[in-house]
Amino acid sequence: MKDFLRVFLSRPIPLIGLVIFAAIVAVALLAPFVFARGPFTIVGMPLLPPGAPGLLVGSDVLGRDMAVGLAYGARISLLVGITSTLCAVGIGVLLGAVAGYYGGWLDDLLMRVTEFFQIIPSFVLLMVLVAFLQPSLSSTVIGIALVTWPQVARVVRGEFLSLRGREFVQAARTLGMGDARIIFTQVLPNALPPIIVVSSMMVGTAILTESALSFLGLGDPNLLSWGSMIGGSRSAMWVAWWTTVMPGLAIMITVLALNFIGDGLNDALNPRRRR
Amino acid sequence: MGEPLISIRDLTVALPPGADRAHAVDGVSLTINPNEILCIVGESGSGKSLTAHAVMGLLPRGVTASGGQILFGGTDLLRLPPSGIRKLRGQGIAMIFQDPMAALNPVVPIGRQITEQIRAHRAISEKDALDLAAGLLAEMGLKDPRALLKSFPHQLSGGQRQRVMIAMALSLSPKLLIADEPTTALDVTTQAQILKLIKRIQTEREMSVLFITHDFGVVADMADRVAVMRHGRVVEEGTSSEVLGDPKHSYTRALIAAVPRGESALQPVLQATPLLTVSDLSKGFRRGGFFSGAATVKAVDKVSLTLHRGETLGIVGESGSGKSTLARCVIRLLDPDAGEVLFDGADIAHMSARNLRPLRRRIQMVFQDPFSSLNPRQTVGDIIIAGPRAYGEDMKEARTRAADIMRLVGLNPETMRRFPHEFSGGQRQRIGLARALMLRPDILIADEPVSALDVTVQAQVLKLLDDVRQQMNLAMLFITHDMRVAAQVCHRVMVMRHGQVVESGPTREIFAAPSSDYTRALLAAIPGRGKLAAV
Repeated sequence: MKDFLRVFLSRPIPLIGLVIFAAIVAVALLAPFVFARGPFTIVGMPLLPPGAPGLLVGSDVLGRDMAVGLAYGARISLLVGITSTLCAVGIGVLLGAVAGYYGGWLDDLLMRVTEFFQIIPSFVLLMVLVAFLQPSLSSTVIGIALVTWPQVARVVRGEFLSLRGREFVQAARTLGMGDARIIFTQVLPNALPPIIVVSSMMVGTAILTESALSFLGLGDPNLLSWGSMIGGSRSAMWVAWWTTVMPGLAIMITVLALNFIGDGLNDALNPRRRR
Repeated sequence: MGEPLISIRDLTVALPPGADRAHAVDGVSLTINPNEILCIVGESGSGKSLTAHAVMGLLPRGVTASGGQILFGGTDLLRLPPSGIRKLRGQGIAMIFQDPMAALNPVVPIGRQITEQIRAHRAISEKDALDLAAGLLAEMGLKDPRALLKSFPHQLSGGQRQRVMIAMALSLSPKLLIADEPTTALDVTTQAQILKLIKRIQTEREMSVLFITHDFGVVADMADRVAVMRHGRVVEEGTSSEVLGDPKHSYTRALIAAVPRGESALQPVLQATPLLTVSDLSKGFRRGGFFSGAATVKAVDKVSLTLHRGETLGIVGESGSGKSTLARCVIRLLDPDAGEVLFDGADIAHMSARNLRPLRRRIQMVFQDPFSSLNPRQTVGDIIIAGPRAYGEDMKEARTRAADIMRLVGLNPETMRRFPHEFSGGQRQRIGLARALMLRPDILIADEPVSALDVTVQAQVLKLLDDVRQQMNLAMLFITHDMRVAAQVCHRVMVMRHGQVVESGPTREIFAAPSSDYTRALLAAIPGRGKLAAV
């Protein structure tokens, strides 16, 4: 763990990513206390440019404070990104571990199911799912989790396939450990590095996907997210650039920070990079 | 003797900063004369391989020759530009490696690989080069060289591949052949053939050979002169008879003493009822299938054996003999196809996993690879108590017992919080043994437990296994490819080939009067047999 932190923090890129991400999380957490009036309150004239009195990043087409919108949007974007990734990783690790550890017909079956999800254009599938479940926060999360778990399952299966033949796993079997115990205490810890790296990247992808859904009007209509801010302002794109560029920048910076963190994790979890 | 062919003067090879020591090779001076075999012998980390690689200009990235000279025909190889070294490789100096599979290109036919090398240095046609290659393969004792030229590396056996490598190395008639542990990855009988081949070629072509090895038995068979290396320095150098017959340095003496002699002093254990009885055990593996039609290869074919308390039974065989499959069937890592494994009155060969579980702890195993047999993400303490914990033993009690067992196998219990990578190969095998002993087994299966270790460490681990067997009255199934090791620890041996038992009996009898040709061939193939004096 010490080694891990030392390597992770020794390079500037992951450190920058971590600082930016922490700042975004802080903004998201503090939003309801700092801006108690909520993101939908109209505060002035529409389409005021950034720097207008009391408006740091301007106002949108309805005269709402964009800064408040961005802060509240961070809550939704991060919530969707993190929970959908957790769900996808949960499903993916479980199915991938079972497929890779047991092999045989079970592996064949699970991999065919995985492929079924992978051969359908995932965004189309997602739109159908969300439309079918009625647009809401939970249907967005479920939808994103359902279309992204196959890549986790693939990675985990591959790791388990190579690890299950190792002598220390055989040793665990001869010690009389049960399968569940072997999977969780012996194999999974050794498969963690790629899982962590893939998931850090997936959070970024999930934020982008949520934005795209909201842009298309398939997000939760009662919540403001970065994607719905862009979607709602697209008519004003040519007269008030900040209405679309600011939430776009927020998305870009968040995804970039997560990718920086992912890169750093990738290095720090690679034993060859240590010492 | 006239001018030396090559002289290494004060060679120092520096390791990258942050390595465990500054120099891998530290002031080594050696000469190789024309028409002689110089063996550099040493354990892992002695710098023997890096010395050889420095001569070839093949030091790994980050490792540099920081001082000294390597003089070959008046030029210093260390000052030569890359183009000069390239010219020399193959023509002046050629090299063969430990793993011929890794050294050959898997997707190019053998013939093209040999001619490519010849034509890189000489302006001759592909056809002439192929003729030359066929002649070389014939010289290596390979049958039907024309057909071999068209085959791919994976279609050849390990011995054939190493012969091809030697043919490639000799294709430009080098003056010096560097052989870096060329037989370590091979079976004993194949090793004996390759050693004979190298010796014959050397005599016929009157060239010099720099032979790197860790095995004093091989040294006894091959060397004209010997240099013993340790920690990057040459500790002793001399003619083969001097060093082997009258070693001066204590380390040389220890190394020679550590080589198992292939002589057995152990008497068979006499007992009425065996603890383990295996009868007619068979296990096959399905090969191929999709296009070629599945074929079952019998890895173990109707094998029977008995094992008594306090006894070590050696199962000896070359790779592919089925010895490891047999062991994995006995411990039920594999499910046997047919036959019985009677352990304490119960047939465990076909028992359900649930019924098997209480019996599992009574048969334990020590694995071959000290690196992959320990979970790299668990502390040594956790690894050792994993077994008892799986059976619900109290954490505190397990830890106390673990400390006792660690002391028993010669480990410091205070190292319990460390991770496996902080231990050496020999220590890791001790950890593996401690893990097995924690369950108080009746039977210990040791699958090549010392084949990945240096000779001196090997001797220590073998002694430990034997001590533990006596103290705990264990029955031990000892799997090995090395007849010398078997002789040292086994009361009885069983020789296997192609999944079948060739012969079995008390170790002394088998070594004194083998009844099958195959066993005789195995014994004859032991390197340095009868040439090493008692020290």
